[in-house]
Amino acid sequence: MRDVENLPEIPPELQGTVKLTTFDQLFAWARKRSLWPMLFGLACCAFEMIAAAASRYDIARFGMEIMRPSPRQADLLIVSGTVTKKMAPQVVRLYNQMPEPKYVIAMGACAISGGPFKEGYAVVSGVDKLLPVDVYIPGCPPRPEALIHAFLALHARFEHERIRDIKAYQKGVDDGVPIPALGPDLVDWRRFEPLMEAAGEKEAVHG
Amino acid sequence: MAETPQEAVQLKGIPQETFQALQERFPEAVQPARYEGALVPAEKIVEVVRFLRDELGYIFLSNLTATDYLDVKGVEPHIDVVYHLFRMQGGYAALHVEIPREIGKAHLPSVTSLFPSAMLQEREVYDMFGVKFDGHPDLRRLLMWEGFDGYPLRKDWKEVYYEGETKPYRSRYPKGGHPIYAEELSPLKDNIRYPEGWSPQAWDYDEADRLLYERMLSAHRDPDKPLKTDEMIINFGPHHPSTHGVFRMAVRLDGETVRHLEPVFGYLHRNHEKIGERNTWIQNIPFTDRLDYINGMTNNWAYIVALEKLLGWEVPERAEYIRVIVGEFSRIVNHMLAAGFFSNELGLYFTGSLYALEEREHILDLFEALSGARMMFNYMRPGGVRYDLPEGWLEKAKALAYERIPRKVEQMAHFLLDNDVVKARTMGVGVLPPDVAIASGITGPVLRASGVAYDIRRAEPYSLYDQLDFDVAVRTHGDAYDRLAIRFDEIWQSLRILRQVLENIPEGPIVAKKPSHRLKVPAGETYGRIEAPKGELGFYLVSLGKFNPYRYHIRSTSLLNLTALSDMTRGLKVADIVTVLGSIDLTMGEVDR
Repeated sequence: MRDVENLPEIPPELQGTVKLTTFDQLFAWARKRSLWPMLFGLACCAFEMIAAAASRYDIARFGMEIMRPSPRQADLLIVSGTVTKKMAPQVVRLYNQMPEPKYVIAMGACAISGGPFKEGYAVVSGVDKLLPVDVYIPGCPPRPEALIHAFLALHARFEHERIRDIKAYQKGVDDGVPIPALGPDLVDWRRFEPLMEAAGEKEAVHG
Repeated sequence: MAETPQEAVQLKGIPQETFQALQERFPEAVQPARYEGALVPAEKIVEVVRFLRDELGYIFLSNLTATDYLDVKGVEPHIDVVYHLFRMQGGYAALHVEIPREIGKAHLPSVTSLFPSAMLQEREVYDMFGVKFDGHPDLRRLLMWEGFDGYPLRKDWKEVYYEGETKPYRSRYPKGGHPIYAEELSPLKDNIRYPEGWSPQAWDYDEADRLLYERMLSAHRDPDKPLKTDEMIINFGPHHPSTHGVFRMAVRLDGETVRHLEPVFGYLHRNHEKIGERNTWIQNIPFTDRLDYINGMTNNWAYIVALEKLLGWEVPERAEYIRVIVGEFSRIVNHMLAAGFFSNELGLYFTGSLYALEEREHILDLFEALSGARMMFNYMRPGGVRYDLPEGWLEKAKALAYERIPRKVEQMAHFLLDNDVVKARTMGVGVLPPDVAIASGITGPVLRASGVAYDIRRAEPYSLYDQLDFDVAVRTHGDAYDRLAIRFDEIWQSLRILRQVLENIPEGPIVAKKPSHRLKVPAGETYGRIEAPKGELGFYLVSLGKFNPYRYHIRSTSLLNLTALSDMTRGLKVADIVTVLGSIDLTMGEVDR
């Protein structure tokens, strides 16, 4: 924000023709109007996500009408429903396959914490146990308006985001989140630090 | 445990003449069961089921599940496997088999040779109780993965966040005031538990899928193939735009031809049944909303029908009218969405669905005015419904049902059914013969599109359906096109029903008794079912006369309708898999529960 205020003044003869901004601002402006959500429905909330994309709520107004089923073509993961232990490896794998910079919305009570099914033996207690989450929307399921609110919250975040702070544009290689495995229960490799190498081997096996 | 007089038992759960015929044929073997139906020794079960099917006309094995009796006063610990067999016209026969609880000793003969509908249900019982079925061709876990520690629905198996046997938990009621974070209950501070001494390095992580791939490679091999070709296995899903959620199909392909398809379940297994046994009777109503999340209203209704059977309550007439109204509106929503998503599967991307979603919004407005929620209604109560119709509701409903929806349905039916591309993609694809459909436990529009006029609203009328004038829609080809077309036929019948109930709804009370959150249900068991939009939705409930169900089993329509998926797709091309799947119409929330 401060950078925008410090911009040099535009000479009077060029006003209306030239506009000065920062690269961060330009980048945020462009990205705000072109988010690519992934078509990824898990449970009940997926229907409210579909309703948000349909005629009455129409998220095309926010520059995002096309949902891509392929993670390679998406930069927004809407976790719309209960993440079960059996599904957890796939959720993480899809997230890892998305190009940076990427964002995650945890839609609904189940994605936030496990929701009504938290006590269940096969339910992950919130997708943030697996992935970094940017926006949480409560509700069971949240109304489409709430989902749109989440998009606006994400837009507001872009305004304040600086490119140099985005992890993907920094030096070093990001290996992504280690993909959990199915043992006698869900095995999150981050719990077993010394076994991370074994996780790498497993990844080679499963592709 | 309440006393169970023998005379009363004989009359419940099995028709008198069926029971007598069974006892004549199997004099020593067949006894009256604890609550309902007949008790059969494990070694006789196949013979008894065959006798019922071939000689007494019970051609439909609707439900197969088990109950773990442990720590019940006056009952030896055992596992009780229960079969619900139906005739096409009215009434069921419940069969019980009592087997020991110990893993290894808990086994009984499989009835899959008689009823393919037992295929998935026996796998589920094996998964949840550890009961082995001798002679089952493919006994793998259904909902959890191979290698998962324990059999969750056994009464001595506790989940990680275990706080107490039944709700309300002491920490919240009646004293309350001490919120317990579920994570605090677990040593690992998460919903995770490993067996003692378990080593993550020594574990074989491929075990989860090994049996599946062995099955994929061995099933339906053709050794005499004239041209030797390599076959490959591909996985469809669990993340795929055309699988209606998180459904996975492993497909073995020869070129583009499907040689074998194996559905893989459990990616949305949310433990409804374990949670349902902890919940109070009333607490289960909102959970039913989340089963088939398109049709919250009919899910509520099926549970309530089963519960009212146990309670023996009468329902006021106005409440029955309201139930029929919301139930039929729900059917319209479901069938329009089914047709819309089917067109999506055929490659129309989102266009067809948009027509359906537009009408869905209008009907959801009605439901929201009624219950306060768009999807999770939590609307029905034992003995009635939660809220009365708000002012002006009927007028809005009439305007929708008389004018808008018929116009839109006609338009949509024209776009889809008279469309040459749709015809070319669907006609003659995925044919389901009627005998296979019945034996596989398939119900609802999928069964009726195969030429079987079986509708529970007619076969065993509940609520007002015996007084209403409507036809059972039937189509005869049993292909994907007929399964699409019959949904429109049924919408017309639903509109016909709506016309009758919207005009004649009486004034009066909407609930029989003062609602109570601590509802005590008399000891007993029952199987209650309704014709949900997708087919027969049943609830098997066991009560010990307490505030919570002892067993709460959901007979899932969508799961049973997938029994024949493998046979329906064999020999088709890859692109036809989604055509067949889309024409069946499933909701993963209900498939996996």
